[in-house]
This record gives sequence, structure tokens and C-alpha cells, in this order.
Amino acid sequence: MSALHLNLKVWRQKNQQSKGEFQTYQVEANEHMSFLEMMDVLNQDLIEKKKEPVAFDHDCREGICGACSMVINGKPHGPLSGTTTCQLHMRHFKDGETIVVEPFRAKAFPIVRDLVVDRSSFDRIIQAGGFISVNTGQAIDGNAIPIDKDTASKSFDAAACIGCGACVAACPNGSAMLFTSAKISHLGLLPQGKMEHTRRVNNMVSQMDEEGFGFCSNIGACEAECPKGISLENIARMNRGYIKASLLD
Amino acid sequence: MNLDAKIPVGELSEKWTKYKSSIPLVSPANKRRIDVIVVGTGLAGAAAAASLGELGYNVHCFTFHDSPRRAHSIAAQGGINAAKNYQNDGDSVYRLFYDTIKGGDYRAREANVYRLAEVSASIIDQAVAQGVPFAREYGGLLENRSFGGVQVSRTFYARGQTGQQLLIGAYQALARQVSLGNVKLYNRHEMLDLVIIDGKARGIIARNLLTGKLERFGGHAVVLGTGGYGNVFYLSTNAMGSNVTAAWKSVKRGALMANPCFTQIHPTCIPVSGDYQSKLTLMSESLRNDGRVWVPKNISDAQAIQQGKKTGAQIPEADRDYFLERRYPAFGNLVPRDVASRAAKVECDKGHGVSPTGLAVFLDFGAAIERYGKSKANVLGIHNATPNQITELGEAVVSEKYGNLFEMYEKITGENPYKTPMKIYPAVHYTMGGLWVDYNLETNIPGLFATGECNFSDHGANRLGASALMQGLADGYFVLPYTIGVFLSQEIRTPKIDTQHQAFVEAEQNVTHTLNQLINVKGNQSVEALHKKLGKIMWEYCGMARNKEGLTKARTMIQDLKKEFWSDVYVPGTANEFNPELEKAMRVADFIELGELMVMDAANRNESCGGHFREEYQDEGGETLRDDENYKYVANWSWPNGQDEAKLYIEPLKYEFIKIAARNYK
Amino acid sequence: MSLSGLFLIVFLLIHLLGNLQLLKADGGQAFNIYGYFMTHNPLIKMVSYGLYLFILIHAIQGTLLWLKNRSAKGSSYAVNSNAGTNMFSRYMMHFGIIIFIFIIIHMIQFWLKMKMGVLDQVSYDGVDHTVANLYAPCQLAFSNIGYVLFYVLSMLILAFHLNHGFQSAFQTLGWNHPKYNGLIKIVGLLYSILIPLGFAIIPIFMFLNK
Repeated sequence: MSALHLNLKVWRQKNQQSKGEFQTYQVEANEHMSFLEMMDVLNQDLIEKKKEPVAFDHDCREGICGACSMVINGKPHGPLSGTTTCQLHMRHFKDGETIVVEPFRAKAFPIVRDLVVDRSSFDRIIQAGGFISVNTGQAIDGNAIPIDKDTASKSFDAAACIGCGACVAACPNGSAMLFTSAKISHLGLLPQGKMEHTRRVNNMVSQMDEEGFGFCSNIGACEAECPKGISLENIARMNRGYIKASLLD
Repeated sequence: MNLDAKIPVGELSEKWTKYKSSIPLVSPANKRRIDVIVVGTGLAGAAAAASLGELGYNVHCFTFHDSPRRAHSIAAQGGINAAKNYQNDGDSVYRLFYDTIKGGDYRAREANVYRLAEVSASIIDQAVAQGVPFAREYGGLLENRSFGGVQVSRTFYARGQTGQQLLIGAYQALARQVSLGNVKLYNRHEMLDLVIIDGKARGIIARNLLTGKLERFGGHAVVLGTGGYGNVFYLSTNAMGSNVTAAWKSVKRGALMANPCFTQIHPTCIPVSGDYQSKLTLMSESLRNDGRVWVPKNISDAQAIQQGKKTGAQIPEADRDYFLERRYPAFGNLVPRDVASRAAKVECDKGHGVSPTGLAVFLDFGAAIERYGKSKANVLGIHNATPNQITELGEAVVSEKYGNLFEMYEKITGENPYKTPMKIYPAVHYTMGGLWVDYNLETNIPGLFATGECNFSDHGANRLGASALMQGLADGYFVLPYTIGVFLSQEIRTPKIDTQHQAFVEAEQNVTHTLNQLINVKGNQSVEALHKKLGKIMWEYCGMARNKEGLTKARTMIQDLKKEFWSDVYVPGTANEFNPELEKAMRVADFIELGELMVMDAANRNESCGGHFREEYQDEGGETLRDDENYKYVANWSWPNGQDEAKLYIEPLKYEFIKIAARNYK
Repeated sequence: MSLSGLFLIVFLLIHLLGNLQLLKADGGQAFNIYGYFMTHNPLIKMVSYGLYLFILIHAIQGTLLWLKNRSAKGSSYAVNSNAGTNMFSRYMMHFGIIIFIFIIIHMIQFWLKMKMGVLDQVSYDGVDHTVANLYAPCQLAFSNIGYVLFYVLSMLILAFHLNHGFQSAFQTLGWNHPKYNGLIKIVGLLYSILIPLGFAIIPIFMFLNK
């Protein structure tokens, strides 16, 4: 097990109002640690020195809850594609390396503290229409409407979104189109969700604007950085729905 | 204390139907005036909050996460059981009921489990209607697979992300109610006390984690869906934030903790690799459909592997011991979790382990890859396929089934599981114990309800795979929204709860006091370090195998640790700001007390059953030895002060409809 | 953005086809007749007003989008990584500004002269009216190496702008299908190379043949 001596440049910011700055720390890690475990080591060290640990969001540490964030060396969730920060392991870094760690940046994701940002705007986008209107107990038998395997699978690909916000963080426009369109695709592809598709698209898109997210200029950074491989195709599908809605309603 | 489980009378299969139609109703006009607090937004909490909102109640929903979608239900991988019998393999409500009771080693309530099996089918329908993209056959119909402890295929799944998809379904239903104004959502709010007025649960004190401010919330009833307490072991497959605090604060207010020692150790997790490790990662049970568990027959081979001189692939077939297939030919690799875990521990204890620490066994897909490869070659009409071709084709099939799990394994360990067998070891995964509830899911505190993993639930002493999702959603969608009416129909004359009431003032002061205490210790150890110490004690003495002597010792150790915690913990920052260390400190303080209670419970239960394995009580073959005469009961503990002796209240279990027998998977 | 862009893309092709007549070794006859036609046909005139409008819409929309997106991003990162994306897509505004400046200079140079009627009139056999000699100022301008370089560089920038713009327009309009995405990409790439190349050849050719 080889030890890694790392220089960490971490963004420290007390709260939303205060001005943040980078602080440099030395950390000794090993290659089997996850990136967050390396951050734990840093925090233990800071606490032992009676200093404030670095705040960062994390929970499941299995790459599924979407809580962990961080921009590592300019990339949301770090250098490995298709991987969340919690699943990124230190064997992908070199001894003596300097690693720059910043929070996700976008106006609609205000910084709470250090590396923690407020992503509740995503919840509000879902509340605007990211659901199928069915009450508990109203459902017909699960096999009553067959769905062909490929459609179900495509819908799943979009539903795999973990709502982490890496797409927004990566986008130079701070746009949430990938996130929003993934939900629109997930539901809109299924027969159960088709009924509300147009209304859903309209409501979710206008909520997205209201939250202060930018517009898509098709740069594709979102797709490149998405830990779950959500495709740009979803944005095209959403655009199609939006144009249709604007023309026909 | 009179523990009435309020089980309706009548034939098992008619209890729920009859009872459901006799539950008093609350009129729509009255529902609007009734506030219900739901704490937690996992499967149980989100489903309950959404359903209650749909019914017209005024729901206030709390999560300590930044979004309801982060709840740890999201990490469930394998699937959800339902007695649909879509596969025509002889499944039925009764069979699911029976499997669950047997899987739980006859320590669960018949009526509750039967109801669970009954509503399981509706869950699938509901989830499909919400847009959960379950796996489908080419014909467009739902697909199933098999899970541990059963001989039918009744598990519905969505790749390896079933929990995620089901939670997102519930989250979306919740979001819809938020948009309709029926549910008010409070994110980054953590419940830190329960408020009781005139003996009824009437509200909570929650800390706004962003500002650190304590806030009072009143409600006619309080529903907890706050999950399990596996993190008492420090290392578990639970999320970092999963905690017992909401449930434990209720215990401090008089709620009963049922069977706290019933812990599920999941056999297939990625082994611990070092001291820095923060959590363990589960490899879905579904892998045991195709993976074969083995260790080298010869200790010399095992040692060579431990020292890195040999690899698993170099051990010839004849020198491998497929110990699950050997010991349990009827169920093979798909025995229930407790059985598989224990068997792995036995082999490692004998020195057959295969990782540097000696604490791992192989989960091998070689045979499955070959089998699938051959069959795929036949399908493609390749009659003289080379071994390489077969391997390639087989790997593609395996990847389609378990691809994301294999990827995850490789990310964490750096090893390619297609080429070298996976190494796995048991880890804490789920807690069957929890708050005691009656048939209505109401705790012994009127107006306080517990759902999902948070209650002591329907799994007895061991939960079968793919049943946690089933129970969480059953409670949230199809049970609680009805049964809560029994209590709330009596509350229609109760005005809005006044949060200026003395009970709220007292509870808030209580929380402020505890928070200040934590901050003011200003000792020298981090919360994390103390939590790790607790975890080590729990795993060593109250983990996969327990004995009286160890448990007695553990209790003293935990009591000492508690003193150490309150005199030497260091919590940076203040209580009036976003302070994750303070949040953790409160949770660990509660875990320490819970740990002591678990040890008490484990010491009290002088038998082995399910996940509770007391070394003194086993047969010659190393199987659990139950004592139905003396311990066929739910052990409920009252321990409001967290000191002295906890008081035990027994709820005897009656088996009227099935014959109880020794569990046999051979 | 996408619709105006697509219109301009189509315009570029037509404009290029017309301009290629400058390459004819006929002393500018074909080009000048073409120029007369373009300025006197009522339909073309209508379309050309539409064109000016679209250029303005495209520029204004682009600027607004850029402003909105900049504010949506808020602050920027200390370390930037552009991996996995089309570099050009990040600088569309910058390219756009350069192209806009080019268009203004280009129009002052040729279009304004044409409109002001300051050009010499020439007559050709088989044409019953005189036509303005637009060829002459072209010849003059492109004998200057500075202008030639300016034009060629502007066309390079146009190529970058088109390289992202072409496929981006399809994506924005939702015309995206896994089966045809590859085709759109290839056509877009060819278009973004061939059209600016065609335009750039003209000044080079005229410079070399002065």
C-alpha cells in the first residue's frame, strides 16, 4: 500500500455572504482510500488541531444518492468519467500531486459553506411537474400496459439521474437542461407519463428559468461530466416537446 | 404497561380486508384541519407523506438531507418482492407470508406479515403507474428474478438500482403533493426531540441545519420513517448520515424499543481494506443467483492467497470448497442472509479466508460465465465456439445482468471481477429491531407512528432479501394512511397544536441544553474517533456471533465509552451555524446509548434465532438453536433515562395459522 | 437562435454560389449581371431585408443569451477543464462578435457602394441595360494583401462558428436521432469547412490573379 503525499487547495467559505478563498493543506493518504475518505483524513487532522473541518455533502458513498459534489481539478466529481466523488479512489492520483477542490458553481446553487451548495432548486423543478399524476391506490395491474423492453430501457437510462447537479456545475452557462430533460425523458417515454408530457415540459422549463439557471448552448460539458452517463439526446427530446408545446398550445 | 398489538380477530386471510373497511374515517373537511408530521423521506416516509397529502391531511414533512431524494432507500440494489405469481411458478400471498415468517426464524407477527404479503402486489402496480422503469421481458411484461430464502421468482427489479427507482417514484409523488400545497417540505431539518402533550405525540423540535436554529412544529400526530440504526456498528452498508436519533429521542420520551439486538449481517459486501474506511459497500444479493461462494479446501492454499502468492484462479476445481452448496444443497448459494453470513464467518475463522486480513470468501462467476456463454453461442448458432469466444459471450450476458455492480466492485477494489473472483465478506446491513408498533403501526405513545425500517417490523429475527423495499412502501402507501385514521378520527375536535405550550418550551430547552453540552465538552477526541470505538465494541461482541460473557463485558465497555464521550469529545464551531460535526455528535451520543440497550437485549435473549446468534445456543452442525418455549416473544425495552436497568415488556408471539418448526434450508 | 442560425446557414450557401462567379475569367461580367439581378429582383430584395433582420435577431439573441448565461454561472472556477467538449462551443459569442464586425466592414465596402450608386456603370452584350461594376472594387480590395488576410482570417472564425452552430441548431430544435446524429455531425463538419473555404478561395484567387 503506497502512501500518497498530497497538496490540497480547498475552497473555504464560512457562509453564503462571506467571501471565500483557497486554503492549502498537506494530506497523507493511500491509494485504497476513496476521495472522501481522504477528505475525512484531512478533517480528522483539522479537528485534532482544533480547527474547523471542511464541510462537504456526502451520504451513501456508493455513488447513488447524489449528495457528494465537489469540483476536483476543474472537473465535477473529479477526473474519472462515470464516477461520483465518493467512488473516486486515490489510486488515480500521484504522489506529490496538488489537487484543487472547489464547490459546484452556479447562481442557482448558492454556497452554503465550504464545498456545500444548496441544490433545492432541483427539487422545485421536479415539483413543477416531474411526476405522473396518480394517487395511491388508483393504479391498474402492473402488467396491464406492456412496455417494450427497449423503451423501458431508454426510460431507465434517463431515470438513472441521481440529481447531483454535476451537469449544472460543468456547464459554463449554469444550465440545468440535462437534469430537467432527463426527468422529462424518463416519464415522457413511458405510456403512463405520455398524457402529461406537454404540460410537464412547459412547467418544468419555466421553473428552470425562474430558478436562474442558464440556457443550453449545446456545449456538451454536462454529458461529458455526468457520473451516470445521461445523454444529450434527452435535451433534444425536451426541446422537441417544448417547441411542439409552443406551437400548438 | 399493557402491550396490545390490536390484531383484528378472524381468519388470517380476511383480517386486513375486514379491518380496513371498519376503520373509522375522517371527513375531507376535517382532514384539512388536521396536521400530520412525517419525519424522514425514504420509501416509508415519502410514501406516507404523499399518500396522507393525497387524502387531504395537512402534512409537514422533514428530512435532514438537502433533498428528499437522498434518503438511503435509494441505495437498495436488488429488488422488491411481490406475490404476483407472474412467473406461474406457484407463488401466492400465503407463500410469501410463509417464506417471510420462516426467513425471520418465527419471531414476527403472523397478522402483520400476512398483511404485508397481501398488499405487496399493489405496490408493484402503484410503482409502475408512477413510472418506475422495472425490468421487462421482450414481450413487454414485467420480469422477475429469485432471491435468498425462497424457491420462486417473485423479485421485481430495475437493473441494480431498484431502491433508487422506487424512491424516485415516491419522491415524485411527494413532490406532486408539495406542488399542490398538501405537503410542506422542510429539508435540512433534523428532528431532535418529540413533544408529548397529555400523553399524546403532538409535535417535534427540529434543528434547521443551515442556520442551527431550533424550530417547533406541532401536529395532531407524528409519523417516523427514519430508517434503521446499523451505523451503531460504525462500519455498515448504511449511508454516513443514517442514524437512530429520531427514534431514540422517542425512546427517551417513553416509546418502546423492540428487539434491538436483531441485526442483519449481509453476506456479500466488499471486505474492509483499512482502518481509514468510512463505510462498507454492498454487492447485491442478486449476485448469488449466479455467483458461487467458495474458499480453498486446503489452509495452505488459503494462506498462499492471503500472502498474495496465489490467486483464486490458480486453485483447481477439486481443491475448492463451495461451502454453501455443500452445507445447504436445497437452497445452495441462495440461503437466507444470516445463514450465508455465518457460514462465511465459520470458514474464515477456520483459516480459509482469502484476503490479506483473512476475512473474505470468493464469489465466483466463472461457472455462470461459461454456462451463459455456451447458451448464447447456441442461440447465435456458433456450434464449435472456442473457450475464448464462450467466455466473451458469457461475460456479455453477465454484464447485462450485473454490469453496474461489477463496475462498482472494480472502482472500489481495482480488481476486474470478470477475470478474478470477487472477494466478499459479511457486513452490517439492516436492523430488524426498532420501535414497537401495534397492528396500526402506532407505538405505545398514542399519536406516534413508526414505519419502514424504523419500526420493529415484519421481518422477525432475519429479513429476506428484497423485503425491505416491500415493507417500507407497504407501510407508507397502503397501511399507515388507513390505520392512522383510528387515532386521528378521535382528534377532529383537537384544535391546531399550540407550539407555545409548556411541553414545547421544555422540549426545546432540553435540546438546547444537550447541544450546548456537546459543544462545551471541548475535549480531545473527534466524534468520528469515538464512533469508531463504539463500532469496534459492537462488532466484536454484538455482531455475527455473541455470547453471554462478551455481552456483559461489552456493556461495561460501552458505559465507559459513554463517560469518555461526554468528557472528552471535541465538537468544533457553535450550535448557531451549519455544523456537520455537531450533527454527528448528537447522533453518536444516541448510538452509544442504543448500543448499550442492544447488548442488554442480546444478553437477555438466551437462544439463537435468525441474525441473533448466541454461541451457547447452536446444534452440532452449527445451526441456530431457538428456544420457542421461553423466547417466542418480542422483547420491548423502556429506557427513558438511559441509565439504570432498562425495563423489559414482553409481547408473546402467537402462531395460530402456521406450524412453527426448526428452520431448514438443507 | 437556432432558426435564425439555420436561415443564415442557408444564406451562406447561396451567397457563396453567387460569389463563385468572381472566379470566372470574364472580367467580372457574370458577377456584375448577378449583382444587378440581386439588387433589382423584388423577391430577392424582400428576402434580403429578411436577411438583415435575421442577422440582427441572431446577434441580439446571442448577446442576450450570453449575458443571461454569464449571470447564471455566477463565479468561475480556478481550474478549468474542457475535456470531452467541443472547444468552439465555448467561444461562440467571441466568434460571433468578430463575424459581426466583419459583416459591417464587408457591407460598407461593397453593399453600401452598390446602394449609393457610386459604382461605374458598364454594359454587356445581350443585356439591355447597364449594370453597376461591383467587380471593380472587389478586384481593388483583393489586390491588397491586408484585405485578403482579413477576409481569410474572418472565414476561419466563421468556420469555427459554423462548426458548433450547425449541429447545435439541430440539437436545439430537437432534431436528434441516434440513427442520424452521425450524419448531422459529418454534414455539419463538411459544411463548416467547405463554405468558409469557398469564400476564402475567392480573395486568394483574385490576389494571385491581379
